[in-house]
Amino acid sequence: MARRSTPEVNAGSLADIAFLLLIFFLVTTTIETDSGISRKLPPMQDEEVVPPVIKEKNIFQVIVNRNNDLLVEDELMELSALREAAKAFLDNGGGVGPEACDYCEGAGDPTSSDNPIKAVIMLVNDRQTEYGTYIAVQNELVGAYNELRDRTAQRLFGKSFRQMEADFNDVRYTGNKDRLKEQLEQVRDMWPQKLSEADPKN
Amino acid sequence: MAKFNKKKSSELPAINTSALPDIVFMLLFFFMVATVMRENTLKIQNVLPYADQVEKLDKKDLVMYIYAGKPSERFRQSFGTEARIQLNDNFADVSDIQQFIYSERESKREELVPFLTTALKVDHETNMGLVSDIKMELRKAEALKINYTTRTGEASQNFD
Repeated sequence: MARRSTPEVNAGSLADIAFLLLIFFLVTTTIETDSGISRKLPPMQDEEVVPPVIKEKNIFQVIVNRNNDLLVEDELMELSALREAAKAFLDNGGGVGPEACDYCEGAGDPTSSDNPIKAVIMLVNDRQTEYGTYIAVQNELVGAYNELRDRTAQRLFGKSFRQMEADFNDVRYTGNKDRLKEQLEQVRDMWPQKLSEADPKN
Repeated sequence: MAKFNKKKSSELPAINTSALPDIVFMLLFFFMVATVMRENTLKIQNVLPYADQVEKLDKKDLVMYIYAGKPSERFRQSFGTEARIQLNDNFADVSDIQQFIYSERESKREELVPFLTTALKVDHETNMGLVSDIKMELRKAEALKINYTTRTGEASQNFD
């Protein structure tokens, strides 16, 4: 019998199969990563523990009612003004003596916060408040902290705080990460995020 | 010069498609590598609010998802329009959250447990009452690292 060369395999439908798989993966793919506001919840506490006394002037009260209105320090306020108000409160530096704040640039009003380490922002919301409003308020308050941290980091290390954080998380960053971590801690200690949330009122 | 006087065929030659599978395979491999499978089928409305002070949630295997919102159109009949929680593929009660957290922890390697984050994917129209209840349960389960998942944009868009 004469030797025949093997016939070529018909690869015409290979593309069809590949397309089928391709479309499956296209449909199931979610490329973008989630992002959002990170927070840390306070641990559960025993009932007997007496909460520490905080001076009235070191508390910045933000109340959101059931109609999504904003009440800041007993005054109605628009959301767009909240960030500046929070910054003014945190940056006030009204303390004297051991409580003075040497990196604050605020007005130094004696009726407002002593220093950023003592200043507490208290957020109270209603059970009927919309989640979108709550997030908007959180966003503005976190924004206020971030801007103040940026300012201090820029002055001390010539780089914004958010840039430093991004560098710290970047695998390809070539600088000294241990030092960067120390610097981040230093800025965080200067502007600690003291955001207290009360249980919602009905 | 007879060599060059071949009779030209009037038909167009067929386009060579033998490289087509190669191209498609290339795309296929790209999507296979970049794919993260959708884990849950949403049974609720989930329009996330906007925020711009956001951090990225890397390491998707270290994230537990809790969804909340109004049941979507086809579940309205049986579940009503009141906002509800969804864990994995099912509607759940507030009291189920602790159990959910424990079982999620169980499924992860022990050294990774402290790095677990809870992502709250909550619809922007949900009332804070439900969100507070969820947070209370998370505190009880000692899952203190949370992330309010948002879309990136101006916060003022939440009021539209």
